[in-house]
Amino acid sequence: MNKKTLQRQQHLFSRPDKQLDYLSNGIFAPGKLPSFSEQISRCQQHPLQTKQLEILQLNLGYKCNQVCAHCHVDAGPDRKEMMSRKTLEQALQWIEKASIKKVDLTGGAPEMHPDFRWFVSQAKALGVEDLMVRSNLTILVAHQKYADLPSFFKANDIHVISSLPFYKKEKTDRQRGDGVFAQSIKALKALNTQGYGKADSGLLLDLVYNPAGAFLPGNQTALQQDFKKALWKDYQIEFNNLFTITNLPISRFLDYLIASENYERYMTALVDAFNPAALSGLMCTNTLSVRWDGSLYDCDFNQMLDLKIQRPNPTLAALLPEDLEQRTIAVHQHCYGCTAGAGSSCQGSLT
Amino acid sequence: MTSYYNPQDLKKFKQISDWNPELGTKFFDYYNRVFEEGALSAREKSLIALAVAHTIQCPYCIDAYTQDGLQRGIEKEEMMEALHVAGAIRGGASLVHGVQMMNLHDKLSM
Repeated sequence: MNKKTLQRQQHLFSRPDKQLDYLSNGIFAPGKLPSFSEQISRCQQHPLQTKQLEILQLNLGYKCNQVCAHCHVDAGPDRKEMMSRKTLEQALQWIEKASIKKVDLTGGAPEMHPDFRWFVSQAKALGVEDLMVRSNLTILVAHQKYADLPSFFKANDIHVISSLPFYKKEKTDRQRGDGVFAQSIKALKALNTQGYGKADSGLLLDLVYNPAGAFLPGNQTALQQDFKKALWKDYQIEFNNLFTITNLPISRFLDYLIASENYERYMTALVDAFNPAALSGLMCTNTLSVRWDGSLYDCDFNQMLDLKIQRPNPTLAALLPEDLEQRTIAVHQHCYGCTAGAGSSCQGSLT
Repeated sequence: MTSYYNPQDLKKFKQISDWNPELGTKFFDYYNRVFEEGALSAREKSLIALAVAHTIQCPYCIDAYTQDGLQRGIEKEEMMEALHVAGAIRGGASLVHGVQMMNLHDKLSM
């Protein structure tokens, strides 16, 4: 596995415009497969509109202790982008003004942000009810300074959402790097020790499954049963829900699809599996994604493709929550990932 | 036609109904019902389908049920064991006829 980010390699796909070019041509050239806009026009859903804002998702930065093969963020240890204290303060003002009850912290590894703990405490003090942290798990056991995070999570009633692509070592390590599975198990045990994932503890520990390759996720309920059974049998680990997430053709996963000659097959499978019933639940309809520099997006995937929200000067500093109501969502071919089969979102399948 | 088998044709499977909608519909209703969760789990049925696919050496079915297995989180070790079941039955079917050979051989021999 390449340990350098695409940005560090100066790879063509470290540039969003190059990714969008690729996704606009080839099998999506005029007269071939329908673009996502064309597809939703056919079912009278174009343009996609936002609903009431419920979730503020803050991408605290692209720095991460891992370099996963499928990462749509192109995160890694060499990334320097980091949300400033000023932008974090603006986010807190937003949370207060819009009475946002659900905040979702992602990255990179959000825990590596120097103001992570400060921000969590401030957000909780403002009355955020569901404060989600998307943890890669290994960060919890990566260094002594992170070792008390499980107890910090508990003290702040954080909802932990953790990536674990499979309940066995081989597939997990192939996607996320050697040794990741063993470290993830260690971290999950530490979270269980605090009460996370245990029935009636009130401390939520959800896992995120995404396929380790060029195929769609299977049925979420069935996979959750398999995960629960296997993790309990092999490691006595408990968790609450499994969210299945489809890999979207962005950044490293796009690069992988092309390099492994799976791109056409995978994208065709996504288009064939287009499910109009998934449209109404798409996360972009009730989520706002904030980049490290305060730029605003309809979702984290749009953030990586730099498809900003359709408003003039789309930043946290320039806009108020009410400025964002009833806006049109920016879409492109990657959106097929969230509408395939049972649908996909940061909270798992949609239908 | 450049090849008897074209991977794109798998997606056109449903088109067999075009020339006989009644039987085509009945077949696909039956097919879908067969693979539903029942006394056997959908996961177990997927592995049986994979083994049968190799027994009848159908490239479309191998394509479909390898992918189906991956989506269900079936592991490659499970897939290969299923194939060995197919291989054992297939090989055994040849060898068990050896009893016919032996019977006839002995009957005809002095």
